[in-house]
Amino acid sequence: MAVPEVSVPYEILDHTADAGVRGIGPTVEEAFAEAALGMFSLMADLDSVRPETEVPVEVQADSLEELLVAWLGELLRERDVRGMLFSRFAVRIAERDGRLHLSGRAWGEGIDPGRHRLGVEVKAATYAGVRVEQRGGGWIAQCVVDL
Amino acid sequence: MEAENLRRIGEYAWELPKTGEMRVPGWIFVSEALLGPLLSGEAEGEGEGGGGHDWNALTQVRNVACLPGIVKASIAMPDVHPGYGFPIGGVGAFDPEDGVVAMGGVGFDINCGVRVLATPLTRGDVEPRKEEVADALFAHVPAGLGSEGKIRLTLQGVDEVLAKGARFALERGYGLPEDLEYIEENGEMEGADPGAVSLKAKEREFRQIGTLGSGNHYLEVQYVEEIGDPEAARAYGIEKDQILIAIHCGSRGLGHQIGQDALPELERASRKYGIPIRERELVCAPIRSPEGQKYLGAVFAGINCAFANRQVIAHLVREALAPLFSLPPGKIRTLYDVGHNNVKFERHRVDGEERRLLVHRKGSTRAFGPGRPENPERYRRVGHPIFVGGTMGTASYILRGTEVGMEKVFGSGVHGAGRAMSRAKAKRRWRGQELVQSLARQGIVVRAHSYAGAAEEAPGAYKDVDLVVEAAVGAGLNALVAKVRPLACIKG
Repeated sequence: MAVPEVSVPYEILDHTADAGVRGIGPTVEEAFAEAALGMFSLMADLDSVRPETEVPVEVQADSLEELLVAWLGELLRERDVRGMLFSRFAVRIAERDGRLHLSGRAWGEGIDPGRHRLGVEVKAATYAGVRVEQRGGGWIAQCVVDL
Repeated sequence: MEAENLRRIGEYAWELPKTGEMRVPGWIFVSEALLGPLLSGEAEGEGEGGGGHDWNALTQVRNVACLPGIVKASIAMPDVHPGYGFPIGGVGAFDPEDGVVAMGGVGFDINCGVRVLATPLTRGDVEPRKEEVADALFAHVPAGLGSEGKIRLTLQGVDEVLAKGARFALERGYGLPEDLEYIEENGEMEGADPGAVSLKAKEREFRQIGTLGSGNHYLEVQYVEEIGDPEAARAYGIEKDQILIAIHCGSRGLGHQIGQDALPELERASRKYGIPIRERELVCAPIRSPEGQKYLGAVFAGINCAFANRQVIAHLVREALAPLFSLPPGKIRTLYDVGHNNVKFERHRVDGEERRLLVHRKGSTRAFGPGRPENPERYRRVGHPIFVGGTMGTASYILRGTEVGMEKVFGSGVHGAGRAMSRAKAKRRWRGQELVQSLARQGIVVRAHSYAGAAEEAPGAYKDVDLVVEAAVGAGLNALVAKVRPLACIKG
């Protein structure tokens, strides 16, 4: 397996019915942030989404895999509840009382079909193909998202 | 491994014999042409496989056959392809005492389904004005990422949607009382428990009720090209050249959140009750357990959410068409409304004995045959209709339930063509704008909120729906009533 290039921060993986998203980063936190970027890149051309408003996101889980699915799922919920798209992410992960706690921030703006070049709505993050692991000198965080 | 064991048991039927930990055999209802793609590629779930991560659908049939309390067989309908836990096109019935409810047997888009409206218009009325019709529907029915419905709900309002289903929409003035008889379960699931649905899920419905969504969801104006079963067509009140409107959508973000919430909860339940997890999405809980009861209460509520959504959208369609053709709303009736991602308690005959079973249908519709009391009176003699979606450029079908289907597949039906090509590949191959122009030359008007989304839904990215229908009808599971063709399609 080739060592992922840091210059390729996320990839969209081929999947017959849906799509896989893979975040790549020097730390697990950055890989999580990149995976979120990858997921939102399916929904809009991210260059058209201004990172104007900050939204905090908190999730907990027992494993990094579960944490990734929870993080991406929570971002989809924020999208629906606030009617927003996001184009910038920051993640911190800490272990407390044997559980993993993620404090994240997402920056974006209200969905504007007139200005945002929209793609397809992601319905959910799934455990299919889920993988969070060290690769070479960095980390990957990936799963299949249901479209 | 599954491929080697497969045994042909009919022209359109194959058996995966009961081996190892399987509690029942697998039955796969496909033609030779449809079997080919199923055999290629073993389980890729653990592999890197270019990021495929598709489970082999036959492995999924086998995994479902291993679940506690499964009755008769783990069934794959002719449109079977790899899914999450269950294959898409998968049917599994479980004993209510010792069986399980599995999240993968429902999926994230709970009660995604199709409602078809029958209009008094003919192809001749609509053909010259189809651009105008498409524009009116596009403007009036909220669709696409981020679209908001015309109703704003409070938390209390969402609870009402979850408890009452289509009746909620009716009480708010959306639709006609006679619609309810022509919806599966009369548009209102018994046992729905709004209390089992998280606040996080409910919040997602505040602005989304009555929106179509995106992806493979659509609104289509169709004409009846051919009638295959005059008696059933008479019962359904449809004839050649008649204009129908198909609405394909589901339970939106609320339903997706119920699924997202259930994943870790049912994973814990699987461990607690000692049920091996063969695929991470095939988590489940015993039906009688508190976890199983909670999930069922939430899913039944999610089913109601989708019924309410389609009821609101049907009303919006009537509103959009009324001024164009001076049509009073009562002239556009609900032909039928049936879901294809559901789990429900139903009565079925198994080995000569009538039993109450929990039937999961993931990417499969209910298709009850002649005589079933659940069918609307007008359709009782022939079975209720089901709708098999094609693509933007191809035919769709109206089929009906049969006695053979009742006996072999718990009264289930096929639901669509299924994808043959990934969205990424489709987007590389077709450009949305060119695709829309090419369909226009074929006489099909497309209005899309996202050109990229339209490219992903290119007809060439889907399997041949004709092959799916041939196998379903050939196996006797469903019967052909009519073939319909699109005139206009609204995509999210």
